[in-house]
Amino acid sequence: MLTRILSVGLLAGLLAGLLVAALQQVTTTPLVLAAETYEKPAEASAAPKAQHGHHGVEAHSHGDGWKPADGMPRFFFTAITTIATAVGVAFVLMAAMVFAGVPIDERRALAWAAAGFIACGLAPAAGLAPELPGSAAGDLVARQLWWVGTAIATAVALWAFLRADHHPVVRLGAIVLLLAPHFIGAPHPHELESKVPAELAAQFTALSLVVQALLWALVGIGIGLLWPKFAPKVAG
Amino acid sequence: MASTTATTVGTTERSETLRAAAIALILGVSLVFLTGFAYSEVIHNAAHDTRHSLSFPCH
Repeated sequence: MLTRILSVGLLAGLLAGLLVAALQQVTTTPLVLAAETYEKPAEASAAPKAQHGHHGVEAHSHGDGWKPADGMPRFFFTAITTIATAVGVAFVLMAAMVFAGVPIDERRALAWAAAGFIACGLAPAAGLAPELPGSAAGDLVARQLWWVGTAIATAVALWAFLRADHHPVVRLGAIVLLLAPHFIGAPHPHELESKVPAELAAQFTALSLVVQALLWALVGIGIGLLWPKFAPKVAG
Repeated sequence: MASTTATTVGTTERSETLRAAAIALILGVSLVFLTGFAYSEVIHNAAHDTRHSLSFPCH
């Protein structure tokens, strides 16, 4: 069983990751590069302005450490990390379906992938809109914790609500769980002082969600198509 | 007797399946943590565009 999950996850993740990496190159990456041109002059000119506060806003710093050079190296590492993310998503998706005792087929894998996108894409984005470099943002650890908490709460809530055999009280609890992170509220900066033009930021937010949706959908389709092909051979 | 054997086999299969799912879950979460959340500067810089592009909190 483990070999089957790992084989299907690696293949589905590789295929989905490659397609999404190509898509990123023509959608989100050009916007990230454009945003960095706004970010750099502002960082250089920030020093003389003594009153230019950064309260509650994390300075965007890559430090002096290694980073891939622009062009092919940067594309290569973005592709590798996107493929690794897709493989991870495929493993988690199949593990969740196996834990829930759901048979894995094309229709169900795609439906669970859609739920995964709602949990990890739409629900966190309702509090923390996907951001370009240079955008004003709250404390990183607080945002990451809220993101993970919201994704887990939404995933559990969707499972508890959508199972037909669950008691109405459980479903009511699911709605409370679904809304709880948004009542708690996502951590935001005190001052909204993004250096990136609003048009670029808005375009990026929408594209980023589309790219994530496609990643989930492709992983789901890949799992649905590949799972039967890795069925254990019946002896005799 | 036969049904007891079948139940035992079924339970063993189920526990083996759940163990496989648990390993896959740990591997999957670790991969996503590395690409989407890890603080190492090298990993952050390599995964920078992926993190932004897939809506992970960054910076």
